[in-house]
Amino acid sequence: MSGEMSDLKIWVIIIVLGIGTFLIRWSFLGALGDRELPGWFLRMLRYTPVAVLPALVAPLVLWPAATGGQPEPARLAAAAATVAVGLLTRNVILAIAAGAVTLFGLLYLLA
Amino acid sequence: MAPSPAPRPDPQSSTPADDPASARALARTPGAAFRHGMLQAMPFLLVIIPFSLLFGVVATEAGMDLAKVMGFSVLVLAGASQFTAIQLITDNAPAIIVILSGLAVNLRMAMYSASLVPWLRGATATQKAWLAYALIDQSYALSIQHYERHPRLSLSQRLAYFAGTATMLCVPWLIATWMGATVGQAIPEEVALDFAMPITFLAMIAPMLRTLAHMAACFIAVAMALALAWMPSGLGLLIAAPLGMAAGALVEYWVERKRSTT
Repeated sequence: MSGEMSDLKIWVIIIVLGIGTFLIRWSFLGALGDRELPGWFLRMLRYTPVAVLPALVAPLVLWPAATGGQPEPARLAAAAATVAVGLLTRNVILAIAAGAVTLFGLLYLLA
Repeated sequence: MAPSPAPRPDPQSSTPADDPASARALARTPGAAFRHGMLQAMPFLLVIIPFSLLFGVVATEAGMDLAKVMGFSVLVLAGASQFTAIQLITDNAPAIIVILSGLAVNLRMAMYSASLVPWLRGATATQKAWLAYALIDQSYALSIQHYERHPRLSLSQRLAYFAGTATMLCVPWLIATWMGATVGQAIPEEVALDFAMPITFLAMIAPMLRTLAHMAACFIAVAMALALAWMPSGLGLLIAAPLGMAAGALVEYWVERKRSTT
């Protein structure tokens, strides 16, 4: 699927992402010490995962590459089931299981 | 898991260990504290192992060879950002966008790092480097709870406890990635694995939507990402995500102000 990206480019991504992630984790422990963070900065940090991940996933759900970018009922239903179970149970693995069962169940039924 | 105003380390405190659990924690040798950390981390394996297996499978399906799949898990050691990077690589996004998006997902860890400083101040540079390497959501959550529950632990007890949780979590993470990559090579092309990644992300997001602010961040990020989907791959994300973060911070600020005035 990723035939167009060279090995070198992928290794550069892995290594830079690894170093960058390490520096984020090391930042205060290793260098910045007790420096107080500005309040607005802490506030923004708190919402990084909950903003980045949905922004990444929304287009994938509505316009899946596997169907040539056409919305597709099994994938939409699987997404809805995953979110519903995740909200209700707060359990990541249960939510994944619900999504997978819905997806493969519907793909089988609709085929 | 957000760091909150919490007891600070206070080794000079004269209050005796006021309950049996604290007394036990304070009496542990570093070796025992290490084993205690391992034991308490074990339930998290129910999340860590399937998640890591899935990463191995999905990354392999996306065309990564075993070395690259393991490279991600060993060098990055952060599930959500590994999945993010694989997704954007699949979309053939520019390397800089892949890296920035992957790092953005990990920014929350700066917060973890800051909140550990008062507890681990005396650690050596080498110890801090290892701490930073193994600072994942679960090792952080377990350790900060343990430190706040037992504020009079010695530095070596704290470090040993962290090392116990990190060992129990990170070693299986690496092994499960490797198993997933091996399994992934055996899965036939027809199976609809394209959607494994979206489902995984959604499953991670849903339990995070605890407050109005989290929902606002999510909603704005989604709305902007869809509106900007026409942009070159990955670029819309880099605009939508900060707007979502700002929305979350703003709503949190409003809610707090309202609470303090009423």
